[in-house]
Amino acid sequence: MVPEISLTQSPSHSRHGSNIGQPLTRRDGILKVKGEARYAADNHPPGMLYAVLAVSHIARGRVSFLDVRAAKSHPGVVDVMTPANKPPLAEDPDAKTNPFMFRLDLLQNDLVRYANQPIAVVIAETLEAATEGAALLSPRYETQPPRVGLDSNESFVPPAVGVGNPSELRRGDVEAGLAAASRQIDATYETPTQYHNAMEPHAIVAAWDGDALSIDTPSQGLAMAQGRIAGLFGISPENIHIRSPFLGGGFGSKGLIAGPQILGIMAARLVGKPVKLVLRREQMYGPVGHRAPTRQRIRIGADNAGALTAIDHHAKTVSSSFDDFFEPAADASHTLYASPAIATSHEAIRVDTGTPLFMRAPGEATGSIALESAIDEAAWACGMDPLAFRIRNYAEVEPISGKPFSSKALRECYRQGAERFGWSQRPLTPRQLRDEAGLLVGWGMGTATFPALMFQAEARAVIRSDGSGVMETGAHDMGQGAWTAFAQIAADSLGLDLAQMEFKAGTSDLPDAGIAGGSAHTATAGTAIHNAGTAVIARLEELATNNERSPLFGAGNAGVIARNGRLFRRDDETRSESYADILGHAGLTQIEARGKSTADPASQSTYAMHAHGAVFAEVKVDPDLGQIRVTRLIGAFAAGRIINPRLVRSQIFGGMIWGMSFALHEQAVMDRRSGRTLNANLAEYHIPVNADVPPMEALMIDEHDPYVNALGIKGVGEIGITGSAGAVANAVWHATGIRVRRFPIRIEDVLTPDPH
Amino acid sequence: MKNFDYVRPSTVSEAIAAATEPDAAYLAAGTNLLDLMKGGVVHPNRLVDVTRLPGLDRIEHLPDGGVRIGALVRNADLAHDPDFARSYPSIAEALLSGASAQLRNAATVGGNLLQRTRCSYFYDVASACNKREPGSGCDAHDGENRLHAVLGWSEACIATHPSDFCVPLVALDAVVEIEGRTGRREVALEAFHLPPGDTPERENVLEPGDLIVALRLPSEARSFSAHARYLKVRERTSYAFAVVSAAAALRIEGGAIWDARLALGGVATKPWRARAAEKILAGCNPDLATFRAAAETALADAKPSGNNQFKIALARRIVVRALTLAAAGTPRRIPALPASPFSSISGALHGA
Ligand SMILES: Cc1cc2nc3c(=O)[nH]c(=O)nc-3n(C[C@H](O)[C@H](O)[C@H](O)COP(=O)(O)OP(=O)(O)OC[C@H]3O[C@@H](n4cnc5c(N)ncnc54)[C@H](O)[C@@H]3O)c2cc1C
Ligand code: SF4
Repeated sequence: MVPEISLTQSPSHSRHGSNIGQPLTRRDGILKVKGEARYAADNHPPGMLYAVLAVSHIARGRVSFLDVRAAKSHPGVVDVMTPANKPPLAEDPDAKTNPFMFRLDLLQNDLVRYANQPIAVVIAETLEAATEGAALLSPRYETQPPRVGLDSNESFVPPAVGVGNPSELRRGDVEAGLAAASRQIDATYETPTQYHNAMEPHAIVAAWDGDALSIDTPSQGLAMAQGRIAGLFGISPENIHIRSPFLGGGFGSKGLIAGPQILGIMAARLVGKPVKLVLRREQMYGPVGHRAPTRQRIRIGADNAGALTAIDHHAKTVSSSFDDFFEPAADASHTLYASPAIATSHEAIRVDTGTPLFMRAPGEATGSIALESAIDEAAWACGMDPLAFRIRNYAEVEPISGKPFSSKALRECYRQGAERFGWSQRPLTPRQLRDEAGLLVGWGMGTATFPALMFQAEARAVIRSDGSGVMETGAHDMGQGAWTAFAQIAADSLGLDLAQMEFKAGTSDLPDAGIAGGSAHTATAGTAIHNAGTAVIARLEELATNNERSPLFGAGNAGVIARNGRLFRRDDETRSESYADILGHAGLTQIEARGKSTADPASQSTYAMHAHGAVFAEVKVDPDLGQIRVTRLIGAFAAGRIINPRLVRSQIFGGMIWGMSFALHEQAVMDRRSGRTLNANLAEYHIPVNADVPPMEALMIDEHDPYVNALGIKGVGEIGITGSAGAVANAVWHATGIRVRRFPIRIEDVLTPDPH
Repeated sequence: MKNFDYVRPSTVSEAIAAATEPDAAYLAAGTNLLDLMKGGVVHPNRLVDVTRLPGLDRIEHLPDGGVRIGALVRNADLAHDPDFARSYPSIAEALLSGASAQLRNAATVGGNLLQRTRCSYFYDVASACNKREPGSGCDAHDGENRLHAVLGWSEACIATHPSDFCVPLVALDAVVEIEGRTGRREVALEAFHLPPGDTPERENVLEPGDLIVALRLPSEARSFSAHARYLKVRERTSYAFAVVSAAAALRIEGGAIWDARLALGGVATKPWRARAAEKILAGCNPDLATFRAAAETALADAKPSGNNQFKIALARRIVVRALTLAAAGTPRRIPALPASPFSSISGALHGA
């Protein structure tokens, strides 16, 4: 079957003649297809050695012996880095001076705090020799019983969840709301541990020259990585040059520089030569973050008319024994459904794993599948259609804060998505639909939401004497298409065609583009680019309108428009001057300006800002064999201004597939006794393959938002997972009548009981 | 990686001599062996690359109506051979339901027979595993064993044999041709893989130096071609090992089953021939009651080896379904989703 792919593009997204809004293909596409895009591990500076991690087999205890002698005597092995001989660091890897700083395992001692923790690094002339050297270390341990799973330790209330969110929040009286309800849901959902599993493993090529450090490594946050490395090695950030032109996916695991990357830098320092270190796939299940498991209890009350009286969302999660990251799952209930009483709360335990971290839609994804399932259960309890129930409880203001939304076209998402899907034909009762082969068919839906965040960024714009432009910012292309989308924004801001302009990104010597995370990269760096372009055009305008010989002289009040490398008088477009001429007359070889972006505190405090969407799923289930297949997935999303609909569609599709994966496939299976992950490979850590991906559609719903940022951009990177996971789970219920509350849904969960 | 010798013999006898050395292993496509070496699960001192041995990559149709498949024939080549696929459709379907297109293009017939279990404790070298390290224990017993065996397992080992290919092969009486130090011999595939007993490290009848040179299917095997299916339950639609699977082949004449072949995959330490169930089917009408009775019999001795009770019911059902689909007739072309229950959706049957 050829997937039916469509993306309706409202004309008001694009301005005539502009680059923004055009569905351009990726500018780096050809490079990638031809294998010419150079990823970190593709670099081989002269004299480079190979470093391989030796990682712990135990999850808790200490290393009592490493056979360094055996490893060192293996031919080709140059050195073995252990706690005994590691180069000194200027900062304790266990120090934590801000919530964005995570403790790293850098051989600071012999303690083991999770399976796959690095315990030594072997450096050799070949990868094979280093690999065998690592095996020859044959570590011995003093082992303590690890704490594995959501019930393995004492629970506590974390001081904060996510990054600095309050762990508990309430509005109204939930208990009173529940008591007053005529219908109640009290259900507990479980989500598993998941790993980012970017296609490209964490890799680093590091070379020291005195105190200057040159690095190739994938990074979603160049400036933060630079700062972290500078602190650890006691050198100035300017001395660190990081190249990260392409990432083979990050999904949050490359947001902060991880321990193994630092170990590569340490190894290079130890041996005084460039060193390459690439994680093996199974080594990614430990030191580079993951999505923590959750157990979420949701209580919902509704009155006779289907109006919510209360939502109580409580999430239990885990963090590592030595650091704090608490998946803010319950926060998913803050924004979506109007209720006079809402309470969200978290508890956590410490287990012997690597520290969980941001993973695509952290909190939103885990919380969404539970909340959307519970809302579906509540709709059923009220005898209402799930869409009607959601519309009945549509939030006109953000429920938890009472703030108005900066924009919210969710109603339109519901309407268009439902219409496209044919939702009105859905029978209320489950297990009613069958296809011609007798398979059960189910339809489910979920609401998608993700906050529209803004971080801080800077960009530098230059117009050169030949009229061409340059835009620079240290932005990150993780495959999402940053090279293209940012160039589109830059070209528009400079009044140039893409071909007349050079866009530079992906290195740490450029202005800080902020972090490529929180679905905020396009909004944040895009706004900085827009502001830099606007600023440099303003400088050109000043030159021209103050120059008596310019056709634009005196146009200051009327203003000018920048287009195609010329400034035009706004009130008389027959009067114009090219950038080249303006600079020529001023005797300048180039003119430059910087632009910054940051969240506007006034609109932040006034408005709630979120992207929204509605996802509709059809599944087929073979009830005898427990086989589930998603057969249609349609989403309608409102996410402010769309810079490039083609790239946006890919992001949304990727997210929707991930949501399906969340509901049906993804899960790290851990041995309770050893704390080791048993399926740390892509054969057995299941994500959907092509045969699992159904025909999909992503409708983009028109939305103008004057408050989020100057360009009206909301993010699209993560929202696709939310809503989709719940939609698939709800469709499985609608097909089978079996409500599965532990994810992913397994074969045995949906088998009809044996007649035997 | 550990250093090892690599030799590339040019004749079968050279290969046997080279592989008789202790800690030598034959290397075919390496899709299983190299993974195991990288993971430190096996560490041969010498790899004997058999991929250049002459004459082992042919599919020969024998004068007696049987077929002889060289040990080096690639999984994909065999499945896509039109004659072969027409005569042995369930085998082709099983092959195409395994691994990925890339792996099938590389993997060989001999290697597929000898692929090791996917038990994660076997792969995890820090776990106790009697198969990897005899006498060390079996961490699967009290561990994550949802997908482990329900038939034929022993206290020492509860792992399953992961091959799809072997399931219809064992049903259709395939014979393994082996060449060794003492010459050539033949072993029925059913007797080739050994039950785990107390020696799960001994997985088959091969002796040091023994080389699989070919597989043979008797002429009778093709008499089932009109009613032969392979069906596989898995955790995603493609590129996943079987949770349970079944190969069913019927010879239906005058509305009754004259002869039946049935085997199960993903349930035992070896591909599992269900002979008692075949006896029940023979002579009966191809209806649901018969199929249910056969399924009962096929799983009569099943018992969970851990947290896998559901696999017994599931195995019964897949037997019933495979028999039902086989009775309905082999599809004209191999379904686009080979061996998938979703392939029974009408309209989903199109060219692979
Ligand atoms: C990710 C992944 C998914 C997979 N999924 C499936 C699946 O769904 N279903 C399935 O059935 N299989 C699956 N497989 C397994 C695959 O079918 C086997 O890896 C493949 O068939 C092995 O063939 P090979 O030629 O690569 O063997 P090799 O790896 O070269 O050898 C395997 C073993 O056989 C021995 N050997 C090879 N040839 C001979 C010979 N002629 N004589 C004696 N000994 C020999 C070797 O010494 C070695 O011990 C999967 C594999 C992978 C990696
Ligand atoms: S089931 Fe078999 S292969 Fe798995 S750990 Fe036990 S002995 Fe090893």
